[in-house]
Amino acid sequence: MTETRAPVRGQAADVGTVHAVSGPVVTARGLPAARLYNVVLVGHARLPGEVIRLDAGDAVVQVYEDTAGLAVGEPVADTGEQLQVELGPGLLGSIFDGIQRPLTTLARRADDPVGEPMIERGASAPSLDRSRAWLFEPDVAEGDEVSAGDVLGTVQETGALGHRVLVPPGVAGAVTRVARGQVRVDEPVVWIGAEPLTLLSRWPVRLRRPIARRLALDQPLVTGQRAIDSLFPIARGGAATIPGGFGTGKTVLEQSLAKWSHADVIVYVACGERGNELTEMLDEFPTLTDPRTGSPLLERTVIIANTSNMPVAAREASIYTGITIAEYFRDQGRDVAVLADSTSRWGEALREVSSRLEEMPAEEGYPAYLSTRLAEFYERAGAVACLGGGERTGSVSIVGAVSPAGGDFSEPITQHSLRLAGTFWGLDTNLARRRHFPAIDWNRSYTLYDLDAWFDDEVAPDWHAQRAWVLQLLQQESSLLEIVQLLGADSLAPAERVVLETGRLLREDFLQQSAFDDVDAYCALPKQHQMLRVVHAAHDAMAAAVARDVPVETLAAAPVLREPARMRSWPDAEVAGNADALVERIRHDLEEL
Amino acid sequence: MTTAKGDTTLLTVEHETVSYVAGPLLVAGQMTGVGYDELVEVVSDGRVRRGRVLALEGDRAVVQVLDGTTGLSLPGTRVRTRGEVARVAVGDDLVGRILDGSGTPMDGGPPLRAVEYRDVNGAPINPVARNHPSEFIETGVSAIDGLNTLVRGQKLPIFSGFGLPAAELAAQIASDAAVPAAAEDAFVVVFAAMGVTQREAAFFRSTFAGSAALERTVLFLNTAEDPAVERLLTPRAALTVAEHLAFDRGRHVLVVLTDITNYCEALRELSAAREEIPGRRGYPGYMYTDLASLFERAGRIRGRAGSVTQLMILSMPDDDITHPIPDLTGYITEGQIVLSRELDRRGISPPIDVLPSLSRLMNAGIGAGKTREDHRAVADQLYAALARGRDLRRLVSIVGEAALSETERRYLAFADSFEQTLVNQGATRRTIEQTLELAWTLLRDLPPDDLKRIDPALVERYAGPGATVDPPTA
Repeated sequence: MTETRAPVRGQAADVGTVHAVSGPVVTARGLPAARLYNVVLVGHARLPGEVIRLDAGDAVVQVYEDTAGLAVGEPVADTGEQLQVELGPGLLGSIFDGIQRPLTTLARRADDPVGEPMIERGASAPSLDRSRAWLFEPDVAEGDEVSAGDVLGTVQETGALGHRVLVPPGVAGAVTRVARGQVRVDEPVVWIGAEPLTLLSRWPVRLRRPIARRLALDQPLVTGQRAIDSLFPIARGGAATIPGGFGTGKTVLEQSLAKWSHADVIVYVACGERGNELTEMLDEFPTLTDPRTGSPLLERTVIIANTSNMPVAAREASIYTGITIAEYFRDQGRDVAVLADSTSRWGEALREVSSRLEEMPAEEGYPAYLSTRLAEFYERAGAVACLGGGERTGSVSIVGAVSPAGGDFSEPITQHSLRLAGTFWGLDTNLARRRHFPAIDWNRSYTLYDLDAWFDDEVAPDWHAQRAWVLQLLQQESSLLEIVQLLGADSLAPAERVVLETGRLLREDFLQQSAFDDVDAYCALPKQHQMLRVVHAAHDAMAAAVARDVPVETLAAAPVLREPARMRSWPDAEVAGNADALVERIRHDLEEL
Repeated sequence: MTTAKGDTTLLTVEHETVSYVAGPLLVAGQMTGVGYDELVEVVSDGRVRRGRVLALEGDRAVVQVLDGTTGLSLPGTRVRTRGEVARVAVGDDLVGRILDGSGTPMDGGPPLRAVEYRDVNGAPINPVARNHPSEFIETGVSAIDGLNTLVRGQKLPIFSGFGLPAAELAAQIASDAAVPAAAEDAFVVVFAAMGVTQREAAFFRSTFAGSAALERTVLFLNTAEDPAVERLLTPRAALTVAEHLAFDRGRHVLVVLTDITNYCEALRELSAAREEIPGRRGYPGYMYTDLASLFERAGRIRGRAGSVTQLMILSMPDDDITHPIPDLTGYITEGQIVLSRELDRRGISPPIDVLPSLSRLMNAGIGAGKTREDHRAVADQLYAALARGRDLRRLVSIVGEAALSETERRYLAFADSFEQTLVNQGATRRTIEQTLELAWTLLRDLPPDDLKRIDPALVERYAGPGATVDPPTA
């Protein structure tokens, strides 16, 4: 298996027997040479599992499938390899389960694409389609000296994305032979020395892929979501966490990011969530086009789906499967966003397996190594200079949703995620109940990435000043609202009541954004800037009016102040003109009062 | 034995090696050849009880006894392996029958003519094969149809509290849920009662087993005095029957599960007996996964005619929505209908609090061609106005109504009339048209400029002058 460059290779093909079974945890005996995290095949049904503990003569295995019917004494075969994913053309547009089984292939029976609607135990198929041929266009010639990360050639995987075939890590030497034309993923395309390389390579999921060096995080991952880009942006190569109780819109927000983020590749990890939500994505994504490339959104998307009723151990693996695929595209010089929904379900899978192992629990029954595992995941985000020639740079950004028990952010997964992620979008149940979406709580959320310089250079020079103004005004509004709750609005000075009016404009006409409206779902940066400019102008005009003793009620009833509500539906081309005109009308009308 | 596949072909080996019995569990030795999660028979003094294998280690098996362990002794008890996991009879013949918690008839009727016996655990639906639920179900309840619309294939719990009329609401929905007239015979209710009291059981019997309703109902009854561990089997048996009726027989099945809280108590009881490390409030760490294995069995499958819609009743202990049972449920289901004790005390029936309620699949099931073009916007506007009215109600309790402006008083009045008329419909059934008309009546009392969430053209059409006649439906 020359395409494998896993640094750890075990001795293959030992066979032991099942000694104990408890849910997804199986103890095997008679595997003295088993290594930690080797993949074993359990029972007559050959259910895949991973060795997670070695204890004297026992190898403890977490099994990725339902173990019902498994009996003591059935065989357990060591494959000698770690859990790996297949990497190569055909990943984009595919949907896999947590251990990269192709769900579309598993559902097919003969000519019926859904002839096998249930996932039966022990079902398996190669992750990448072996029958499909790809047009390989080499970039190297015989005699070239190449090393890890160099581009061997390109496959046009989708309309939008050229799939760069790289020299795998650990391989170097002179090219001795080059094939071109239509090839399948497991056919050799380039020989280095005597070693044939295929389009397909493999990589162990728990191991990060090597890079040349890390780069500073100084560019935003533009999302088209106003509350995010304008207030709490995430850096390209950064990490964000979205905690929120149920019904606060985590999944809708993750899906909006999957649709509109300025990334070349999206890896969507649906970890322990609802099957119907995935179906919605699968129905919708082929019909949506990426505004930046004009191709269907599905063509830049890889979905890893381990819904809540699929086996729990595979849910644990799904996060690693997703991030490894993301790193593979990053190494080709792409910007990749990993959207994980939800990391809590992954943590619960850890907890369940840990509990079956009778490990000493830490907080709320989670194992003590929870924070280490979360760190291993989040730290795989980054902007990097890739291995190989050609000065490629790529990035992996991670957005992890968290489902805190009882909506209480003090629970371990939220707290550990906060420590690791640079951006925090806290979703608030009260906002959600008012149908204020996205329900990002501006008083609690923050970003640690300093991206103001980029926005000032690329969008508008006063971007950072405007952002500071909005944050300060919202802060002021929330302290005033506390007073209003106790004493009523009459107790406030007119200037303070203007802050409340502006706060309402900001909340209703700017921060709220409909993920289901064709125009509003994505808001370009210049439009975000202009919308804020209008609100800011309205604020200044109202402040000037109350200074002339115009009553706040009169201001609030001014028809022109209803107009900002229509800003969201302005087409991009008309934004600047509309904003100028509206600012002018607001100034004029309020001066008349 | 309803759970037996056949008769003589089964592997049956007997062992008289029980070394431990306590609560619902026993430990038996020399159990070679038995599989994890398989069914066994525990024989003592001529009585046969059913058990399930919970763990295996060497030749020892931990067995959960479904029919209770009272009277078992170590020397006199034998354990017989059957070589198969728990199964339940499925088929059209079950419709109209009353069964116990594991699927045995208890209505005195003839034995079941089963099409086949199926593994109660089912298999996960491949997400690729799912069909996204988008068909509107008219329940006749305004607070649901108008604001938290139910669609075919959805799983929607009713978060209730002890003493609130959740069972009555579920019964009302099950009997009123409208289907196109031609598809009347395609609609079936599968009702699974877990750990219900005799009083509740009598209510469900009289609701579903009375006259015509029974002809389209399968009733599974596990009462509070039945063994708690049998409760873990009941919803699985019911869902297995429902899946067969939906995906093999093309029927639209509404599965009503009550009460999820009793089910979770049984889960905790079993977990404690096994001395597992407890999670929040003593419930096992795998409760999310376990509940998901039930709730995710709702849905539609591409290329198959039927659907499984789930309506679960869940009593929130101490009305606490952050309690682990409603909390984990809310993370799995596609929304929730929340009942309010305050509304109930004020005599609002059904006492649905729409603000914390939610239907995640609503958007897919409403709009022109499904309900009406203005549905989404009207619902959004009602929510926004109600939230504002409720805030003001809180404020009034502190500063008094005199401190409010004219506009604010209109919102306060809106919140009151919303609850008194739109929510408070009693047992009457409303069509979606009637619900939306009522909503417009309420919205007309608000300042027209404040209807920001509705397209002005729609406001003109439904609330403008001359809109009193019923507008044409799509």
